[in-house]
Amino acid sequence: MSGTTTVARKRTTGKTLLETTSKETAGEYEAPRLAVPVTPERDHIEGPVKAALTLVEYGDYQCPYCGAAYPEVKKVQKELGSELRFVFRNFPLTNIHEYAMNAAETAEAASAQGKFWPMHDFLYEHQPTLGNTSVALGYARTLGLDGQKFEREIAQHLYQKRIKDDFMGGVRSGVNGTPTFYVNGIRHDEDAVARALIEGLKQT
Amino acid sequence: MIQLAKRRRIRKLESKGAVRRTSKRSSKTKKIAKTVDSVLGPGKLAPNFSLNSTPDQKVSLNDFRGQPVILAFYPADWSPVCTDQLSLYAMVMPEFKKFNAELLAISVDNIWSHLAFVKDRKLNFPVLADFEPKGGVSRKYGAYKERIGESARALFVIDDKGVIRWSHLSPDGINPGADGILSALENLNKAQATEKS
Repeated sequence: MSGTTTVARKRTTGKTLLETTSKETAGEYEAPRLAVPVTPERDHIEGPVKAALTLVEYGDYQCPYCGAAYPEVKKVQKELGSELRFVFRNFPLTNIHEYAMNAAETAEAASAQGKFWPMHDFLYEHQPTLGNTSVALGYARTLGLDGQKFEREIAQHLYQKRIKDDFMGGVRSGVNGTPTFYVNGIRHDEDAVARALIEGLKQT
Repeated sequence: MIQLAKRRRIRKLESKGAVRRTSKRSSKTKKIAKTVDSVLGPGKLAPNFSLNSTPDQKVSLNDFRGQPVILAFYPADWSPVCTDQLSLYAMVMPEFKKFNAELLAISVDNIWSHLAFVKDRKLNFPVLADFEPKGGVSRKYGAYKERIGESARALFVIDDKGVIRWSHLSPDGINPGADGILSALENLNKAQATEKS
């Protein structure tokens, strides 16, 4: 290996930030660790609760890079199967994404009726519709949720404290943008693509 | 990937008691420090400066004597939005304010770039132009990359008397996040509470 390497910050497509760094620095750097442990009682977990490998994402439903990472996570889940538990936590960047908080509240309201993951997936698969709340409401009804309760809880911002708690927990864990992934509790500073995530999960 | 494998090997050795963590840390600190000659460390008096925040307004470090100040040197305006360090700090600002801390961001970009950047990212703290002489203030803090002509990603927490209490140099391309700053502010609070009692 030569003395320099190129670090691309977690862009899956349209890479815009490429910086050259000395190999020595990259080799000795230690990434931050997850400050808030995964707790089945509180966290949204997909996969076996006691799986050997843990992937945690801090994400924002309106963030285009999170949208790009969404199918990558699906690939990781498909490849690792029951070896993996995937945890999603909220990190809405509300100062730059006007619909991010509402979308997070939408997923949490669905969670209250036992449908977090279908709504989580729907929101990422329909990112361009986030400004139109009737789209998610329609899907909530398709899922068989109580639409009135769902709408009321979002309007009352019932889950905003939880979302803000997620956010601050992320800040204390060294979340530095969205999406930020943790592979077995260590911040994943490589690309947010399936290959790199799997490699990280298997090697930590 | 080499680094992951290396980390795993070290951890294995640690579990056997073959390697002590402290020795690994000290070697790491030395190596990171090599990339920029010397970022100013704790205990040093923070060099004063006076830089433009708007075309006709200057901000001086000494204006904030009596409260903690966070200095965030960064390479350039306009990094991608969702991973932008300063956008994150704008959101964490209420937490910094709990410590009565002021945040000053500094890069070598000119003031017109800064103004557009601040407006676009809704930044709620002064963003200063270390533009003429280029990188002059960054150099005083040991946070200038001569070869590239940009400030390094370096953070400083300065106490109410103008003394550096914590500093951090990020590896290139790694946004440091806000956790280090918050921990440093907490430690500063604790230390000051101990001094008073």
